[in-house]
Order: sequence, then C-alpha cells, then structure tokens
Amino acid sequence: MLVDQLKTGLDAPICLTWELTYACNLACVHCLSSSGRRDPDELSTAEAKAVIDELQAMQVFYINIGGGEPMVRPDFFELLEYAIDHRVGVKFSTNGTKLDAEKAVRLAAMDYLDVQISLDGATAEINDKVRGEGSHAASIRAMENLAAANFGPFKISVVITRDNVTQLDAFQAIADTYGAELRLTRLRPSGRGADTWHELHPTNDQQRLLYNWLLDHPRTLTGDSFFHLSAFGEALPGLNLCGAGRVVCLIDPVGDVYACPFVLHDEFRAGNVRDVGGFTNVWRSSDLFTSLREPQSPGACGSCGSYDSCQGGCMAAKFFTGLPLDGPDPECVLGNADDALASVGSGSAPNPGPGHSKPVAVTLSSRPTPRSLPALTPR
Amino acid sequence: MALDPTQPYELHSQVALRPEPFGALAYHYGNRRLTFLKSAEMVDLVSQLDRHPSVNAALDSVGIPSERRDAYLRSLVALEASEVIHAR
Repeated sequence: MLVDQLKTGLDAPICLTWELTYACNLACVHCLSSSGRRDPDELSTAEAKAVIDELQAMQVFYINIGGGEPMVRPDFFELLEYAIDHRVGVKFSTNGTKLDAEKAVRLAAMDYLDVQISLDGATAEINDKVRGEGSHAASIRAMENLAAANFGPFKISVVITRDNVTQLDAFQAIADTYGAELRLTRLRPSGRGADTWHELHPTNDQQRLLYNWLLDHPRTLTGDSFFHLSAFGEALPGLNLCGAGRVVCLIDPVGDVYACPFVLHDEFRAGNVRDVGGFTNVWRSSDLFTSLREPQSPGACGSCGSYDSCQGGCMAAKFFTGLPLDGPDPECVLGNADDALASVGSGSAPNPGPGHSKPVAVTLSSRPTPRSLPALTPR
Repeated sequence: MALDPTQPYELHSQVALRPEPFGALAYHYGNRRLTFLKSAEMVDLVSQLDRHPSVNAALDSVGIPSERRDAYLRSLVALEASEVIHAR
C-alpha cells in the first residue's frame, strides 16, 4: 500500500516547511516556534539560496515558508523570486501586517505562489485574544489587499481552539467573501503553545463537532492535521498518517532540520543544512529520520480497535504534554489518554524552552489585557 | 472517459516526475496537484508516451501484458483527469 511506502520515507520531502526568521512583530500565545526576536545566526541570503539550489536538485516541488513573520526579512522577495525561478513553488504564511497594497500587487504578478493569511478568530474578540490587539484587522486588511490586486484564491489559515471552533461557518463565510480557501490546523502544545494548550485545546465534544464539520466540508484544507479524529469513525480525507521525517520536515531559521514543524526540540533535531552534505544528507541519512522510517510500535494503543484509523495520533502533541510516544494522543477521542494526562506531574513535560520570545510576559486571560500584548507598530 | 488508446498522448509540459522507491511523484506546476505513480512500469509508460504513435503502442513497448491493460488504461484515465497526461 502507498501509505506503507510513505512511512518508510521518500528520497525528498513532499511537504517541507521553512521558517525564514524567528523575528515577528506579533507574539501569539500559541506560537509553535516561540518567535519574537531574530536569531543572530539565521541563514544569510547566500546560504538560503544554496538551500533552494539543493531543494531544486532534490525536486522538492514546493515549500511552505513561515516564521516568525517571513515578510520582515529584508531579502524576503529576493528569496521568493529565487525559489520560484528555480522551480521550487512557494506557499508562505503571514500574519498580514506587512502585506500592504503595493506588496499585494507584487505578489499577484508571481507564478507558483500561494499566500496563507493567519486568522485565529472570525471576530476580533476571539482572534486578538491569542494573536494580539489589532491583529484581526491586520489580517482582514491583507485579505482586502490581495483581493483588490486580483491575487486569486489565497488561503486563510486557522488554528482551531476551544474559542473559535464554534466559528467554523463564520470562517467559511469570510473565505467565501474573498474567494479564498479555508485551511484548518490543529493546535499543538509546542513552543509558547505548551503554556496555553491546556486552556485552548478543543474539548472532546468540540472535537466531535469539528470532525462532523470536516466530513460535511471535504474541500477544507487541513494538511492532514486532524488524523487523530478519524477514530470517531469514517476516516477524514487525506493520507491519515504522521509524516514526520517520512514525508514532512522543517528547516528553522538557523538551518536546523527537525522532523516536523511542531517539534522544535533537541530530541527531534536531525541535523543542520550547514553540515557536510547539506540538507540532502540530513534528509536521507540522519539517524533520527532513519529511525522514524522504521516500523513504529503501537505500544499501549496496540489493543485499541481504532489504532488503524488514528495511528496513535500526533508525536509532537504527546511529547510536549509529557506522554509516552508509543501511547495515545493527549486528545485521543476515545479518552484513552485522560488518565495518563492527569498523572503527568506539573513541570515534568519536556520544556520547549524560551525560544525566541521577546522578554515580555504574554499571558492568556479571559479578560483583555491590552498592555501585555504587542502593539502593531511597523518597524 | 474520453481517453482513446489508439491516439497519441504525452506527459503535460507543466508536470515534473520525481523518482521514488514506489514509482514516482508527479507534480503539476499549473494546478499544483501531486499525483502518485505507483509502479516503475507506470513511470516508464507515462514518460514514453510522447515517443509512440498511440497509447497502445506505448503499452506494447513497455511490455504490459494484455490481462493488465485494462487496469493501466483506468489509471491513465485518472491521470488525464488530473492533467498529468493529455492528447497530443
């Protein structure tokens, strides 16, 4: 079966995420990469172009560029054009704050380019609670700019939370307004998300609601994010497998290669693009990726009749909540992780570290706390 | 579907093939769809279409036995639908 072959790995990734910078003018409370400040060791323009050359040689057909906020890199358009000229198509994710009318026109003129605007609430109230004051308006403004420039069908990317899961129809309506495609992804307890996941992840009733909505809206893009929900019954559209190190990987701004975008931790670091042999060697020969391509033990999930559907869920979600990797996902829809999750002692889950967060306390509160959230000032 | 095996076909010019252990990945730069070619014979067949006067001739050349032709033709219909191949 194809899925079995994909599990043993490919000669090059299908889905490669490349975070161009840790710099970000927002400070979302669930940021996977704990972004904020630029890392002084980030890849130079020349180094980034060398990575693109490698990706072209490996026939990586397209990459997902993110950050941080990739548009704050002064060479952003230079790298975008370089990739596209070298037959490496780009989809980039942005918070929209830098996507003004002039840049929208420039983007609309480029081929092989997708843009994905982040929006984590259909309303400013819900969105700004996690992404910061003014961020909803900024995302909508970026969408207006792309639409005015006739960019075509861009994507709206939503991380599903306890607060916005009731807004699925409203998100779809926003997408329809702009002729955009809706992309929903799963909240992971990674980066700053480790601190907010317990408050923000959907309840199991909400997971059921989401599952039904996805079945009713099969054209919704999910990047296979919700394969753990397939244990509710019928499989969701997609490959329904964890692609970490097999079909998916992540390159971070300093060139470190991780198994997937949700595991920025030493345990899942396979190497660095600056190492001898470059990215190609890391992808094809690193010890970590080799071991991920070996048959994985279902462990404690082996006796569960749903293992074939959910595959035990997401490695990153287990890891950062302190659960064993060969056991159920913390959001196992059958509740098989509930006891284990409750018994993980406070502070015993792996620490995602301070990352590149700005030295500002970002707290999640049910009441707005505008002073603790970043202002959207251009820089 | 309309695929006529007596007619000449070819790989779409916007499609790139990437060899993989199971066969190949086909990526269409225009519609951005990724398609899996799940055997080495299928990859040979699709890459050689442009060198033969008909799909049938390409099937002969790759050596697909008659009992498996229907399965291959069904796959080619799907590949035409996703614009991986087209009549030339």
